Amino acid sequence: MSTATLDLPPAVPAESRVTYLNATTGIKSWLLTKDHKRIGLLYLCTITLMFMIGGLAAFFMRLQLLEPQGALVEPETYNKLFSIHGIIMVFFFLVPSIPATLGNFCIPLMIGARDVAFPKLNLLSWYIFITGCLLALVAIFSGGVDTGWTFYTPYSSTYSHSAVTWMAMGIFIAGFSSILTGLNFLVTIHKMRAPGMTWFRLPLFIWSMYATSVIFILGTPVIAITLFLLALERTLHVGIFDPALGGDPLLFQHMFWFYSHPAVYIMILPGMGVISELITAFSRKKIFGYSFVAFSSIAIAVISFIVWGHHMFVTGQSVYAGLIFSGLSFLVAIPSAVKVFNWTATLYKGSISYEAPMLYALGFIGLFTMGGLTGLFLAALATDVHLNGTYFVIAHFHYIMVGGAVMAYLGGIHFWWPKITGRLYPDLWARIAAALIFLGFNLTFFPQFVLGYLGMPRRYAVYPAEFQVLNVLSSAGASILAVGYAIPLIYLFWSMRYGPIAPQNPWGAKGLEWEAAATPPPTENFDVMPVVTEDAYNYQPLKGAHHSV
Amino acid sequence: MAGSHEHSEPHVVPVKTYLMVFLALMVGTGLTTWIAFVDLGPFNTVVALAIACAKMLLVILFFMHVKYQPGLTRIAIICAFFWLGIMMTLTLSDELTRSWEMNPSPWSVLIPHIPHVVRLFF
Amino acid sequence: MSDAAVTHEAHAHPPGFAHQFETIEQQREAGSLGMWLFLMTEILFFGGMFTAYTVYRSLHFGAFEAGSHLLLVQFGATNTAVLIISSLTMALAIRSAQTGQSKGVTIMWLLFTMFLGLAFLGIKLYFEWYHDWLEGLVPGLQWFASPGHTPGVQQFFCFYFFMTGLHALHMVVGVGILTVLVIMTARNKFSSQYYAPLEISGLYWHFVDIVWIFLFPLLYLIGGRYQR
Repeated sequence: MSTATLDLPPAVPAESRVTYLNATTGIKSWLLTKDHKRIGLLYLCTITLMFMIGGLAAFFMRLQLLEPQGALVEPETYNKLFSIHGIIMVFFFLVPSIPATLGNFCIPLMIGARDVAFPKLNLLSWYIFITGCLLALVAIFSGGVDTGWTFYTPYSSTYSHSAVTWMAMGIFIAGFSSILTGLNFLVTIHKMRAPGMTWFRLPLFIWSMYATSVIFILGTPVIAITLFLLALERTLHVGIFDPALGGDPLLFQHMFWFYSHPAVYIMILPGMGVISELITAFSRKKIFGYSFVAFSSIAIAVISFIVWGHHMFVTGQSVYAGLIFSGLSFLVAIPSAVKVFNWTATLYKGSISYEAPMLYALGFIGLFTMGGLTGLFLAALATDVHLNGTYFVIAHFHYIMVGGAVMAYLGGIHFWWPKITGRLYPDLWARIAAALIFLGFNLTFFPQFVLGYLGMPRRYAVYPAEFQVLNVLSSAGASILAVGYAIPLIYLFWSMRYGPIAPQNPWGAKGLEWEAAATPPPTENFDVMPVVTEDAYNYQPLKGAHHSV
Repeated sequence: MAGSHEHSEPHVVPVKTYLMVFLALMVGTGLTTWIAFVDLGPFNTVVALAIACAKMLLVILFFMHVKYQPGLTRIAIICAFFWLGIMMTLTLSDELTRSWEMNPSPWSVLIPHIPHVVRLFF
Repeated sequence: MSDAAVTHEAHAHPPGFAHQFETIEQQREAGSLGMWLFLMTEILFFGGMFTAYTVYRSLHFGAFEAGSHLLLVQFGATNTAVLIISSLTMALAIRSAQTGQSKGVTIMWLLFTMFLGLAFLGIKLYFEWYHDWLEGLVPGLQWFASPGHTPGVQQFFCFYFFMTGLHALHMVVGVGILTVLVIMTARNKFSSQYYAPLEISGLYWHFVDIVWIFLFPLLYLIGGRYQR
């Protein structure tokens, strides 16, 4: 073994060891912590709460759509439901999910550092995030927002009577939190790698977190200024988006999507990084084509910034710009496909086991592929004209964000849960939940592809009667999905108190976080700072296994 | 620690260098203001922006010490400006082409519009 | 922690050393990189407004030109000079700490910088914005008192106030940071070994200067100021 190993006596029970969980006690020690691991857990609690709020909005939406004339609310209220669902899920759940929880927890451990570069800034970022969440809640409770998560002007700047300013400010502030997180990660990865941890020995999760952090730095400020200008315009009743002064509604859209398209890659790239970790660990095999996967993360981050106009094909953008954006949008499929091929090739002749994290990973590969392929239909100008504004788009991005990002997030939570808590969860229930989620997800969203193809528009509270069967199927799927999400909540909580104590490395996975840090780690992460001398994923064949090259 | 450090003691910039940069910046400011009162047609803007860029470079290289920094800092700065360029270029590719007629042979449409586009700026 | 080696050599670290780092050089490089990354976000933040400005200037050039000519060039130019001098004094303040000069020297240069920053804000507030208020040119608060200003000119003034306002806000923050630095210097927090907060604050200050270097020609000198 070439990485530092721990020589803990085998029978030391976790409770009597000093770990980051029990090193200090009391609520102040958590609320004023500078430990990246505790901050990751603080974020975990917050975003789980935000997920439930966004999920509640979705629940009401699917209830409404059980009947063609609407089963629950007036259209004005429905507008608020889908707006709040989108805003909360995008800005307050998905964007921070993997980066702020798993990223914060795992990055210093994986690179062999004691903490991130700026621990106090890290804590500040959580408080800033909380402030943003609170403002969003104020917006929800003072009337909600009915502009859609996209806040298109001039409706949002002039005509809407909803709490747009509060919400815009909430998102603006939450954006700062993500900038600080990205900044912290970039400096940490550049400057604090352990001796011997060269760039090309880094776990691929780090590469994808690096790429995500680049997007945080370059993209988030633009949504910040855009929403800031929107809030100013609503408050001052005059501004640069005002058509009466010659303002162009499309300018808002350009500025909005300049961030919001890369934002969707903020949401998926960390998930892809998690999948690289899961696939290698549960097929006990080196990743196929390490540098291709590493560079594909960077390529996705770069290309993500030059394709935003594909959201504006039908809102009045010039045909020439549409041509350019359409062509460029095809490009972004390439590095994504590279990853899918490489994960699949990694599985080939691997020693595969089907624990819950692996089920999530395999589900991701299939569902992400479907989501990605349907994106190509939308990237093509001619087909987008028909599919834009329909449920096809909704199904496309939910396949990526729910079938992809959320499943990767759950897979990562389950994979690193023993490291985080020192406990094991019941794998049978975990697999049941994974299966229910997969089933529920497909039942919810596959009918939506068909609905979109048949022409059902999105953001409508009512629909023609012939679409009812598919809508009912979708709502049924949503209820199964909800049950699927509730189950991990229960057993993960349960495991924190009653789960079996986890061994040092329950999965036998490679990586500094598993091999060089205790489970759970002490506050300073490593008793002995590791020195790295081998590549990532350097799995050896299992004893007795026949290994053919 | 991993990664090389190119230097462990930061470079001390001589006061004389700072003063010369300062003088250049003041001259640039005076020049920009003075030239605004001279009729150069569309080139007023070009000159003003060129001087501004030169001043910015002086501040970045000397006052902000980038001349004496490792390459990572330069890459970061270049990336930020390049990305700003992406935002401007692609946004303008829409805003400035809205009025173009849709024509099966776009190249023949493009060429007569180029002086028109240039004139829009000045 | 039996025979686990001490995780870093037990040599004395300078004051201000943070223990997630191994060496003070690593800390300094990390701090500098962190500030540069933050400045990158500021480039994109202001850049969003510069992009919007570029779009509308190309679409409404005549109106922007007319609006620009209503601004007072002499104050714009003076303020540009004020900020350039303040960048010099800031650079000299950092240099004085770097070369181990007495804290009084550093404080002197920092105070000069603060004074120049406040002068900038004072000139802007009184000679420019207050003047614009009297002329009825402030969007949202009181619109044009006299007719004859087209919507395009009003839009230009939206840009003028938003962009210079955002810049002024950054200046105020900068003056606040300088205040903190003066206090820290007075309390002997810095030495020729450790002056990183001065250095990274200097980066911020110079950045705010650069933004103004572009705002001046783009807002005050549109289409030139020559007699037509």
